[in-house]
Amino acid sequence: MEQVEPKIVAFLCNWCAYAGADLAGVSRLQHPSNMRTVRVMCSGRVDPLFIVEALKSGCDGVLVAG
Amino acid sequence: MISPKLVEVGRHLNVNIITNSEIKSVEGEPGNFTVTLVNHPRYIDPVKCTGCGECAMHCPVTAVNSYNKGLDDRRATFIEYPQAVPLAFGIDTDTCIGCGLCENMCVAKAIRYDDTERESALTVGSIILAAGSQGYDPSKLDFLGYGKFANVVTSEEFERILSASGPYRGHLCRPLDREEPKKIAWLQCIGSRETNKCGNGYCSSVCCMYAVKEAMIAKEHAHGDLDCAIFNMDIRTFGKDYEKYYLRAKDKDGVRFIKSRVHTVVEIPETGDLTVRFVNEAGEILEETFSMVVLSVGLQVPETSKILAQQLGIELDKYSFVETDPFTPVSTSRKGVYTCGVFQGPKDIPGSITEASAAACAAGSDLAVARGTDTKVIEMPDQQDVTAETPRIGVFVCNCGINIGGVVNVPAVTEYAATLPFVAYTDQNLFTCSQDTQDKIKEKIIEHKLNRVVVASCSPKTHEQMFMETLEACGLNRYLFEMANIRNQNSWIHSKTPDIATQKAKDLVRMAVARSAMLKQLNEKVISVNKQALVIGGGVAGMNAALGLGKQGFQVALLEKDASLGGYSRMLHHTIEGGDIQKYLKDLIADVIAHDKIEVITGARVVDFSGYKGNFTTSVLVGPENKKRTIKHGIIIVATGAGEYTPKEYGFNQDPRVVTQVQLGDILEEKGAADLSSVVMIQCVGSRNEENENCSRICCQNAVKNALIIKKQNPEANVFVLYRDIRTYGLMEDFYKEARNLGVIFIRFEPENPPKVEPAAEGMMVTIKDHILQKNLEIRADLVTLSAGMVAEDTTELCGIMKFNRNPEGYFIEAHVKLRPVDMPGDGIFLCGTAHGPKLITEAIAQAQAAASRATTFLSKSEIKLSAITAQVDTEHCVKCLTCVRSCPFNVPVFNTEKQVIEIDEAICHGCGICAGVCPRQTIQLNYYEDDQILCKIDALLAGGM
Repeated sequence: MEQVEPKIVAFLCNWCAYAGADLAGVSRLQHPSNMRTVRVMCSGRVDPLFIVEALKSGCDGVLVAG
Repeated sequence: MISPKLVEVGRHLNVNIITNSEIKSVEGEPGNFTVTLVNHPRYIDPVKCTGCGECAMHCPVTAVNSYNKGLDDRRATFIEYPQAVPLAFGIDTDTCIGCGLCENMCVAKAIRYDDTERESALTVGSIILAAGSQGYDPSKLDFLGYGKFANVVTSEEFERILSASGPYRGHLCRPLDREEPKKIAWLQCIGSRETNKCGNGYCSSVCCMYAVKEAMIAKEHAHGDLDCAIFNMDIRTFGKDYEKYYLRAKDKDGVRFIKSRVHTVVEIPETGDLTVRFVNEAGEILEETFSMVVLSVGLQVPETSKILAQQLGIELDKYSFVETDPFTPVSTSRKGVYTCGVFQGPKDIPGSITEASAAACAAGSDLAVARGTDTKVIEMPDQQDVTAETPRIGVFVCNCGINIGGVVNVPAVTEYAATLPFVAYTDQNLFTCSQDTQDKIKEKIIEHKLNRVVVASCSPKTHEQMFMETLEACGLNRYLFEMANIRNQNSWIHSKTPDIATQKAKDLVRMAVARSAMLKQLNEKVISVNKQALVIGGGVAGMNAALGLGKQGFQVALLEKDASLGGYSRMLHHTIEGGDIQKYLKDLIADVIAHDKIEVITGARVVDFSGYKGNFTTSVLVGPENKKRTIKHGIIIVATGAGEYTPKEYGFNQDPRVVTQVQLGDILEEKGAADLSSVVMIQCVGSRNEENENCSRICCQNAVKNALIIKKQNPEANVFVLYRDIRTYGLMEDFYKEARNLGVIFIRFEPENPPKVEPAAEGMMVTIKDHILQKNLEIRADLVTLSAGMVAEDTTELCGIMKFNRNPEGYFIEAHVKLRPVDMPGDGIFLCGTAHGPKLITEAIAQAQAAASRATTFLSKSEIKLSAITAQVDTEHCVKCLTCVRSCPFNVPVFNTEKQVIEIDEAICHGCGICAGVCPRQTIQLNYYEDDQILCKIDALLAGGM
C-alpha cells in the first residue's frame, strides 16, 4: 500500500503551543513535515469555521493546540 | 540570540557606544565623575563606514582571525563578526602594509590612514565595570598537548567550530584534516580548581554546563554516531533546570561522564588521534583514544582589567575578581562604581544579566534626582497612510548564517517569493536581524515604495517587535508586517531533508505574503502609568527590591504574609564568607521600615487582582481582623521565597540525632561544636532524585560552611560529607579546599547505592560504599546532618488569583531563561529571590536589585503604548447574545445596559480573540487576526498544493 502523507494545518496558540513548536526547533527535534502552522493569539480564537474551511479546501487534518 | 540585544543597544538613543577606547583616569565623586578616555585609532571613520565590506574584500593581507580563535584568517581591514555594533570596519595596523587599496575602493571615503590616538572626556554620575573575562590559555599545561597536537582544542575554539559563522561554517570537523570526528573527549577544570600550575583555585562555574551543551550540539551536527565523553571530577550543573539537561545528555543522548583525573594526552602521529591517559575513581590507570580532545577552559580576569581596576582604584581579590561584600554584590570598594558579570566573579549568562540589571539599579539610585535630564527622545517620522494603496510587499529571506541557508535553498525561496501576488521586492540576507540589514530594509522600503513587509527567518516570538520598529522608522505602520518562521519551525526540525524544508519554506512564505496583503494599519492606545509598585514577599529579596525602588524615588507597597519581615533568612546565621546574616537582616528591616517611600503591610493575603501593565489593582486582607485594602500600582515584583525541604529520608523526625543543615546551623550557633566528635553529612536529600530532579544549588556550600565551623571550633571532631558531586561553584571552591585541608573527609556515593543510617549503641551508624577502597565503610556519628534541598513556598492560592506560571517544582517561570531572567511573561511583572529558584542570599540580593531595575524601566515612563491587537465589536450587526460576555476569561466584554451595546475596553483586552472565535455572527474581529487574515493563509497554503 502506498504510504499516505496527510496534509495538516495546525492552529497554534502564540503563548504556549507556538512557543513549544519554536522550542522543538531550538532542541532540534526532527519531525515529519506534513504540518503547516497558523499562529493565533489563543487557541480560543480558532473559529470552528476555520476548521471547516481547511478541510473543505483539501486538507486532511486540523490540529488546534493551546 | 545576542543579535537582537546588540541591535537594541545599537539603536537606543540614550546608549552612547564608544568602542576601541580605554579609561585613562576617573576623577571626582559619585554623581559627578570625570572620565578621561584614550580613543585608539580605528583608521576607518565609523560614522562614514557603511559596513559594506568592500575594503576587506580587496585587502591583500592575511591576518589571524582572533574572533574564530585563530582557526581561520581574516584581512587586515576587518570587522570582528557579522552582527557587530557599530557595523564599522577597522584596520589592524600590525598587519596592514599600507598599500592603499582599501582607500581606493571605499565609496564612502571612510578610510583614515592618518587617524591618531586621541583623548576625550566624559562627565558621568555612576560607573559600571563589566569588563568580562577571557578563557584560560592552556599552552602552559604541556601534558595536555595544546598547541602541539592539532586536534586538541579549547572549548572556546570548539564553540567557534560549531558556530554557523565559525571557521568551518558550522560543520563538525577537527582542525588537522577537516575530518568529522567519531569520538570526542572533554577534559574539565582546565585552568580552574587548580593552584599548582595555573593558580586559579576557583571553579569557573560555567564549564560543566557548556561541555554538556557542546557535546549535545556536536552529536546533533554529526552525521553518524558520535561518542562524547566528559572527563570530570564533579559535574556542576547547579543552575535552574540545569540538572534536567545533564540527565538528558547522560540518560537519553548517551554522553559519557567519567569521574577521573587526566594524566596525559598523547597524539598518535599516523592518524592524528589522541590517547587520553587517566586514573579512574578506583585508582586504575586507563587509556582511551579519541579523534579530538576539547579542553574545557575556565574563565579568568584579563590583564587589561587588572590595569583598569588599578586606574580606578578598585580593590580586587586574590584571583583579580572585583572585591565585593556578600550583602552588596555589585558595589565595588569605590563609591559610585559598580560591577557585574564575570569581572565580579565567575558566573553564567543568566547570572551576568541579573547582575547587570542590579548594577543598573545601584547606579540609577545614585542618579535618581537627575533622571530624565540628559535623555534624548525618539522622533518617529509621521506615519503615512497606505490604506488606499495597492499592496506592495517586500519579502526578505534570511540565511541566519547557515541555520537556515545550510538546509533551505534560500535563493530558490527568494526567487519563488518574487512570483507571488503583490510582491514588489525580494532579497536574501546573511543575518536579517543585524544592524546593517535593518538599515538595508529601511532603504529598500523607501526605494521600492513598499507598504507591506514579510521577513522569512526565525520566530516572531523573538524578532517580530524589532522588525516592526524598523517599519515604524520608515513611517510605515508597524502592523503591516508578517513573519514566516522558516528556522525554528522548519530548517531546525527538517535538517536532514533539505528539499522538503525548501518546499515548506516556500509554503510558509506564500502564506505570509497572502496574509500581509490583507493587513490593515492599526493605532495603539496610549495609557498612563501608575508610579506605585507592589512587592509581594518581605524576605531578603522582597525588601531589597522595595529598597531598590524606594531609592529610585518610587512609592512601594511591600506585602508580607507573616506578621513580621525577614522571610526564611531569619533561620540562617552566616554566609560561607562569614557575613553575619542576622545583623544584615536587622539593618535591612530597619532601613525598609524607615524608608519614607515604602509602606510595609504585614499579615497580608492577596484576595483579588485585576488590571494590566501600568495599571494594576490588587486587594489584600490585612491582619488578624482581615481588613480589606485595595492597592493601585503600576508594576509587581514577586518575591515569595522558598524554604528548606522536610526530609522523609534517613529517619529524619524519628531520631533527634538526624537533623538538617539549617538545624545544625542553629546547634552550632547555640552550643558550638565542642561536644561533637563525629558528624556525617549527607548531600542531595530532596534534590536530584525522582521527586525533584533539580539540584538545590545551596546545599554543598552549606555543608562545607558547617563542616568548617565544626573543624575550626573542634579540630579533633571527625566530619564526613557523603556526596554525589561537590558543587561549590565560583569562589566557594576555596572553602571546599580549606575543608579538605582541615581534614573533612568527602566520600562520593552513587544514587543507586545511598548511605544507610541506623541507630547504634552510641550515636548513629552510617554505612557507605567507598569508591576508592571499593569497600563498605561504617561511620559512627553523633549527628547525621541531611543537606535538605530547597522547596518553593506554596503559592497555589496566589497564582490562582494573579495567574502566574510556575514550573512543576513550584518556582515561577521567567520570560526567557537567559536574556530575561527577572521578567515574568506578563508585562510589568518581575521576579526575584528563591521564588525563581534555589539561590544564595548574595544572589537573591543581586536579583532583587535587578527586578527593581527592570521595574524602573516601566515606572520611569509616564505613559506606555498598548498593543493594538484587541477585539472590536461591530455593534450594528451584533445581536447581543452575550456569548462573548460568557466566554471571555478576563471578563472584558460587558453589556452596556444604557446604550444597549456590547463594549470591549481595549485597555484591558488581552487580545486572545476567544470572543471573535465564539461569536456566532462574526460581529467581533480581533485586530491583526481578523477572520480574513487567517483564512487567507489556509487558502494560500492549500491553493499551492502544500
